[in-house]
Amino acid sequence: MAKMHLKLTVNGTEHECLAEPRELLIHVLRERLNLTGPHIGCETSHCGACTVDIDGQSVKACTVLAAQAQGAAITTIEGIAGPGGMHSIQEMFREHHGLQCGFCTPGMITRAWRLLQENPSPTEEEVRFGMAGNLCRCTGYQNIVKAVLAAAAELNAAKEAAQ
Amino acid sequence: MTEALPDFRLHRPESLEELAALWRAEPQARVFGGGTDIIPNLRRGLVDAPALIELGALPGFADLTLLPDGGLRLGAGLRLADLASETELAGGWRALAEAARAVAGPAHRNAATLGGNLCQDTRCLYYNQSDWWRAANGYCLKYRGDTCHVAPQGSRCRAAFCSDLAPALIALGAEAELAGPGGTRQIALLALYRDDGAAHLALGPGELLVAVHLPAFAGVSGYEKMRVRRGVDFPLAGVGAALAPVAGGWALRVAVSGTDSLPVAITGLPSPLALPLAAAVIEQIDKAVQKQVTPMRSTMVSSHYRRLAAAALARRLVQRLAREAAAA
Ligand SMILES: Cc1cc2nc3c(=O)[nH]c(=O)nc-3n(C[C@H](O)[C@H](O)[C@H](O)COP(=O)(O)OP(=O)(O)OC[C@H]3O[C@@H](n4cnc5c(N)ncnc54)[C@H](O)[C@@H]3O)c2cc1C
Ligand code: FES
Ligand code: FES
Repeated sequence: MAKMHLKLTVNGTEHECLAEPRELLIHVLRERLNLTGPHIGCETSHCGACTVDIDGQSVKACTVLAAQAQGAAITTIEGIAGPGGMHSIQEMFREHHGLQCGFCTPGMITRAWRLLQENPSPTEEEVRFGMAGNLCRCTGYQNIVKAVLAAAAELNAAKEAAQ
Repeated sequence: MTEALPDFRLHRPESLEELAALWRAEPQARVFGGGTDIIPNLRRGLVDAPALIELGALPGFADLTLLPDGGLRLGAGLRLADLASETELAGGWRALAEAARAVAGPAHRNAATLGGNLCQDTRCLYYNQSDWWRAANGYCLKYRGDTCHVAPQGSRCRAAFCSDLAPALIALGAEAELAGPGGTRQIALLALYRDDGAAHLALGPGELLVAVHLPAFAGVSGYEKMRVRRGVDFPLAGVGAALAPVAGGWALRVAVSGTDSLPVAITGLPSPLALPLAAAVIEQIDKAVQKQVTPMRSTMVSSHYRRLAAAALARRLVQRLAREAAAA
């Protein structure tokens, strides 16, 4: 089918590309924009490995046509670390062994990043509910939950110190 | 991976007139809201459509309007994440918010729409599979084959309708506002569904769901669901219920999803009910649900288990609502 002209702002950078109407956002990100951080696990909206942020909301990029994201501001795992190094959520995943093989991790961290903006001081139950669409075959989730809670505490402490 | 999905044209009409013209020109085109149901199905080769029509740009499609008679009009384009946190749904209409909250995971609810949820495809162990899996099995009655592997002696498809929102809305007395070539019409939401897994919607050609109407409601309502994994799975059984004050007691409405090819509105419930509920009444509700749902072997879980689960969910939910009503 005739290609469409897509404009996307990804991690603060404007991108333009041509893509077919049937192309999924995850494929455009990975193969046209070479952002291979977001992974493809199931391609049927089950696992959450492809989670990215579209206009301030977590979305599974394997279940969105790239055309549906026309004009949107997208954040992928590549956009989460700051100039000073890893984001607190990334640090805490490392510190608390929130990953083993690491396949689910980009999706997990991108989702946790949005969750902690929606709810900066979640309870353990709220973390579990908020992360429920992201599957991990390795960790058994305990350490992921610990990492997200530890990151919340650290981010809140940093915010207080800055005030 | 350009070829992950079959080829199609994509349209994004900005008015119902434009949509009607597109649909007249391509009657085989399929509409979609968030795409969370149709895109995985396209991926698995379950949808033949030369064109897709995205509904998101239709004016007012995602509006939520409080009506002068105390009712609510919900645009079909409303996202489930918004319904889950909508303050208008915190009171009597809570069943809808609880059902929206129970759909898949948070990222999924951000994309999924009300209309897509109510018009989602039916599901079956023999249908929601890859093309090679289905080909190896000779396909099935719902798509490309001639036998329903769930009920090979039967003449129709027994895939299950698994919307979480439908039973909650039916318990609340919802109506569906439809728009099509003949104009608009409003029907009971239950009448949108047909008892055939391969053709479960009573929409005419070129007709779509534009909104859902909820009548004013002074009672309590809720939704309970059973599934394997909380963050991703469809209901193996899902129950919506509403308890409303009437002369001489309370009227109960119960509807069930996940067990049949359409949502089942349970009939013959004792009325009016007195609170607290007597044990015999709870037993009657349990028996009515067990008798009226007909789960088939369309999931990994046995049909008998789903029947018992639907009844148990109904019992648990009605007891919760009775406690809330008594406390109010
Ligand atoms: C992993 C996974 C888990 C899921 N879990 C659940 C669950 O727990 N509970 C549940 O209920 N659903 C679940 N779903 C199904 C689906 O994602 C949701 O029902 C969702 O609400 C569908 O909304 P949508 O807007 O994305 O639908 P779309 O994919 O946009 O549309 C779905 C269908 O409805 C039709 N349609 C859409 N809008 C309209 C309209 N306005 N008028 C007429 N027809 C229309 C489309 O043609 C299409 O056939 C799940 C799906 C996946 C892939
Ligand atoms: S790859 Fe998108 S949810 Fe699994
Ligand atoms: S760390 Fe291996 S899937 Fe999560």
